[in-house]
Amino acid sequence: MHNMKATSPSQQDLTPVEFNAEMMAEINRVIAMFPEGKQKSALIRILHIVQTNFGWTSVPAMNKVAEILNIQPIEVYEVATFYTMFHLNPVGNYVFEVCRTGPCMLVGSDDIIAYIENKLNIKVGETTTDGMFTLKTAECLGACGYGPVLQCQYKFHEHLTKEKVDEIIEAYRQASLLN
Amino acid sequence: MAGRQLLLENVHIPGIETFDVYRKNGGYASVEKALKKMTPDEVVEEVKKSGLRGRGGAGFPTGMKWSFLAKPDGVPRHLVCNADESEPGTFKDRYLMEKIPHLLIEGMITSSYALGANLSFIYIRGEFMYILHILEKAIAEAYANGMLGKNIMGSGFDLDLVVAPGGGAYICGEETALLESLEGKRGNPRMKPPFPAVKGLWGCPTVVNNVESIAAVVPIVNDGGEEYAKIGIERSTGTKLISASGNLVRPGVYEIEMGVSVEEFIYGDDYCRGIANGKRMKACIPGGSSVPILPAHLVTKTAAGENRLMTYESLADGGFASGSMLGSGGFIVFDEDQCIVRNTYTFARFYAHESCGQCSPCREGTGWMEKVLHRLEYGHGTMEDISLLEEINKKIEGNTICPLGDAAAWPVAAAIRHFREEFEWHVTHPAEAQTRNYGLIQPRVEEIKAL
Repeated sequence: MHNMKATSPSQQDLTPVEFNAEMMAEINRVIAMFPEGKQKSALIRILHIVQTNFGWTSVPAMNKVAEILNIQPIEVYEVATFYTMFHLNPVGNYVFEVCRTGPCMLVGSDDIIAYIENKLNIKVGETTTDGMFTLKTAECLGACGYGPVLQCQYKFHEHLTKEKVDEIIEAYRQASLLN
Repeated sequence: MAGRQLLLENVHIPGIETFDVYRKNGGYASVEKALKKMTPDEVVEEVKKSGLRGRGGAGFPTGMKWSFLAKPDGVPRHLVCNADESEPGTFKDRYLMEKIPHLLIEGMITSSYALGANLSFIYIRGEFMYILHILEKAIAEAYANGMLGKNIMGSGFDLDLVVAPGGGAYICGEETALLESLEGKRGNPRMKPPFPAVKGLWGCPTVVNNVESIAAVVPIVNDGGEEYAKIGIERSTGTKLISASGNLVRPGVYEIEMGVSVEEFIYGDDYCRGIANGKRMKACIPGGSSVPILPAHLVTKTAAGENRLMTYESLADGGFASGSMLGSGGFIVFDEDQCIVRNTYTFARFYAHESCGQCSPCREGTGWMEKVLHRLEYGHGTMEDISLLEEINKKIEGNTICPLGDAAAWPVAAAIRHFREEFEWHVTHPAEAQTRNYGLIQPRVEEIKAL
C-alpha cells in the first residue's frame, strides 16, 4: 500500500553502483548475525545501511544488495517498497518526518507542519530548491508523550515549538557547512 | 512515585545502562537463579503462577503462551522480542530499552533458558535505530561478561542474541508479520494456524513476547510468581507500564501497580497531575489507538457508577457499549477543545496507511473510512456518511487475517457511538467545521478534580 510513487527504473540512472569497503564491512557484520542460509534476514538492516550512505534507496543500490545476498532483485524491491522508511526517490540532505497521528495532533503537530512548510517554503513531500531539506509526514513515531515530534536521520526532536523548529533548521544548516 | 516499581525502580541510577552498574544493583540475578537453581520448566511454572499477561496489548497469559511451544527433537526453537512498539499512544518499551537496556537482555536470557532457545532476537522498529545501538552495546557487554554466548555462568546453556530493525511498518507489531519481516520479507501477516508456537521463525517453534512482558520475567523469577501475583486485582497482576500522552500536565511513562484508580492516575500528584492548561477532560483512549474511546463521564466511573480502575477487567467493564480496554497501556487524554472527528480521521488515516493490503476488507475498508472521515472533517460530509462508516466497520470487523482490520474499525465505531452529535455537527455546520476545528463543545466534560 505504500511508496507507490517510486521512480520507475526507466526514469532512474541504472548504472551499477559499488559499495565502499566500510559499507561492505558493516553489511558483512550484519549478515554474519544470522544462521547459514538465512542471510535474507539481514535485508532490512542492509537497506538502512544503504540509505544512510546514499541518502536514498535507488534501484542500482537495491540490485547490488540482491547480488550480495544472492537473492533476486525483486525480493529487494518488494521489501523496500513495503517499508515506509526507505526513500525510493532522491531526497534532500535532511529529511524531516513530522508525526501527525492522534496524540501528536492533540498537542499541535498540525501547526508545526504548517510552520515548517512556511519556513522552508515547501509543501509536504517537497524538497527545498537548495536540496537541503525534504519535508514528509509520518504516522506515529512512538514518542507520543513528547509530542509534537519530528525525526531526521534517525534522530528524534521532541516537544517541538516554533522556536525549537527554527533552532533545529539552523543547526542542520550549520552542520551541512561543516561537511 | 507511588506503588512498587518492579521494572523502573533503578532507572534513575546514573550509569544503569552499563553492565557494571546494572550488575552491582542486583542485575542478572534472575539469570543466575534460573540457570543455576531451576529447570526450564520451573521457570515456566513461575511465570504461570505470576498471572503475567502479554503487555503488548492482547493480554494473553504469558505462561500459557510459553507452554504451547512445540518441542520436536532436533528442531531449534526461538524467542523473539517484539520491540516494534507502534500502536499510537504507546511509547513505554522505548523508554525501558533506552534507560535500562540490560533489564530486557536479562529477561531475554532467563526467558530463552525457560523455552530452550539458543538463538533469540529483538525485533525493533526501524525508527528506533538509536535504541538498536544502545541494545547492541549492552549485548556486547553481556557477551564480554559471560552472560551471553557459550556456557553461560558455567550452566551449559548457550545463547546468542541478535537485534534486527524493521523499516517503518505498524503491521510488523503483529507477531506473524513480525516473523515475516525478520525473515527479510514484506510484513504480511500469516494465516493461523499454524501458530508461531508450532511454526514460527524459519518454520521453527517460536515464542513472540512484548518487551515489557520479557522484562517482567526478571522480577517474577527473582521474587517468585506468587509474590508478583500479590500485586494487582483479579486477573490483572503485577505492575504495568503506562504511556500517558495528550493534553496532560505531566505526560510520560509510569509504572503503576495494577488496580490504581483511573482518577488517581489522571489527576494524582504521583502520576499525570491532571489536564493541561487548566482545562477539563473531554475523552480518553486508555489502551492505545485501537481501543474504544470513552467520553469523560465513563473514564473515571463505569456506567454502573463504580470507580474505574487501571486493570484489564475494570477498563473493559461495560463491554463496547460503555467500556474500553487496557490494551498496550497507551493512555491518550483529550481536553475539552479537542475535535473527536479530527482525531478519528487521523487514526483512520493511520490505519489506511498501515494496512498491508493483503485482505480486501481491510485494504479497501480502511481507505474508504479515511476518505469518508476526511469529507466529514472538512465539512463536505452528509448524514449518510455517518451510517456509511458504521456499515464499512461491520464489513471489516472479523473478516481479515490479522487484527489490524478490527483495530481500524473499533475506534471509529466507538467515536460515533459516544460522540455522534459531534459528527452530525460537522455535517450541519460545514463552514464552521473548517474554521472551528474542535466542533461541539462537549457538554459532558468532567469537572476539574482536586486530589
